[in-house]
Amino acid sequence: MLLETAGLTKRFGGVTAVNAVDLAVDERTTLGLIGPNGAGKTTLINLISGVLTADEGAIRFAGADISREPAHRLAARGIARTFQGVRVFKGLSVLDNVLIGAHTRLRQDVLLRLAPTRGRTDPADALALLERVGLARARAGALAGELPYGDQRRLEIARALASRPRLLILDEPAAGMNPTESLALRSLMRSLVTDGLTIILIEHDVRLVMGACDRVVVLNFGRKIADGSPAEIQRDPVVREAYLGSEDAA
Amino acid sequence: METLLEFFRTYATAIAVIGISALLALSVWLTLYAGQLTLGNAAFMGVGAYVSALLGRHLDTPFPLALLSGALAAAVIAVPLGVTVFRLRGVYLAIATLAFGEIVRVILLATPITGKGQGLNGIPPKTELWHIYLSLAVVAYVLWRVQGSTVGRAWAALREDELASASQGIDVRRFKLASFVIGALIAGWAGGLSAHLTFSIDPSDFGFSKAVQILVFAVVGGIPNVLGPIVGAVVFTALPEILRPLKDYRDIFQGLILLGVIVFLPRGLVTFLDVRRTRKLERIGAADVA
Repeated sequence: MLLETAGLTKRFGGVTAVNAVDLAVDERTTLGLIGPNGAGKTTLINLISGVLTADEGAIRFAGADISREPAHRLAARGIARTFQGVRVFKGLSVLDNVLIGAHTRLRQDVLLRLAPTRGRTDPADALALLERVGLARARAGALAGELPYGDQRRLEIARALASRPRLLILDEPAAGMNPTESLALRSLMRSLVTDGLTIILIEHDVRLVMGACDRVVVLNFGRKIADGSPAEIQRDPVVREAYLGSEDAA
Repeated sequence: METLLEFFRTYATAIAVIGISALLALSVWLTLYAGQLTLGNAAFMGVGAYVSALLGRHLDTPFPLALLSGALAAAVIAVPLGVTVFRLRGVYLAIATLAFGEIVRVILLATPITGKGQGLNGIPPKTELWHIYLSLAVVAYVLWRVQGSTVGRAWAALREDELASASQGIDVRRFKLASFVIGALIAGWAGGLSAHLTFSIDPSDFGFSKAVQILVFAVVGGIPNVLGPIVGAVVFTALPEILRPLKDYRDIFQGLILLGVIVFLPRGLVTFLDVRRTRKLERIGAADVA
């Protein structure tokens, strides 16, 4: 088990955004996290990635208790993530974005840089990553904010991969992607898992979730209401109720 | 050649002041580059000035050692201050650091050893022009080189997006504090140089107007690279001299020029050199100063 949460709870004022959630993610698998809007998916991964701290419950990652650790330390432990709505460093170059993603892995070179002959960080790894996520190397010098939205999403994935994480959390990576791009994302995810990565995927694109995930967890009103294989989830009456039972559900 | 020497002799003080202004501008540039708007550097300059002058006066400390002690004193004070105020952001951070500046000013006004309101007089004029410009060259070079390092990239990332930076493994508080403390070190060093240039110092030299002036140098010069604050300091220190013939109207024209730069080159004078990139940055809404 790479990641485990037990009784994870987070409240905002009177609202319990995440309510006693138990989660278990096996190494080298992809876990899908789905649920209606406001179900607590993003809050849950904010807890796992250290952006928020849980009120109750525990998180274990690779055998260690990480419940109280700040985000930057979790990044060093091997948890990388992307953000809903993309948070690339817009005013910096595409290459610098990926190099910043490698922050925990790169040797501090601030003193070495004082020598006038010392060049910038070797960009080879970063460029290879850009290529892997489907961005042209030629765009490495462009400002990240200039890229089309879909490319910014890909850049964000490259930045997350630059730290060589063990767990990659993708928060709605396919939003705004066309079917071809979404398909490319699916094959990228598959090849990453083959390479040893574990993925948590939050996504509304049901086809992507069912096609890419080994297991799916469904949240509703902060609670876990289902947990199983994609086929089981599709048949689950409770899930159908949550998604289709009410008038306003999409 | 003769006229050049003449020029230097006539304007020696002005040239020295320009160099010190440039050092101060670089000290605040560092925190701005990391996305933090702080206004404490005039106070750090004051700490450096008083500590170095007092060490020279009472303990006969050699000049270089006195300068270094002044700079270190400023940096040491910056650590607990930074730990406290970096819970705040943006304009709140600016006000908190400004309040710190007022505290320093009031302490200087109230303590007998600093000469209270009269300040310190008869500080030996040990600062030579080359001290100032060597310091400036070293600081500018170091900051320029740091920009392309892991640390420089981390600072730039902080300016763009703190939350995303933390998720890349950047210890946000540590990097913010580092930029603040190094900035204080530079400002303290500049303060020591300035004290031994002007014979006398008093608390009002390091107050609110100085803090704002330093910020103006850096912002109007431009944040993209180390050239910006230097250009800003040169232009806005030299301007009163150049506009001297305008006599009573001088301040008005100086204000108009400042306004013009802010309106037409909002990211600083040096962005004139790279208008295309600056336009792009504006279009995509990249992080400005803080």
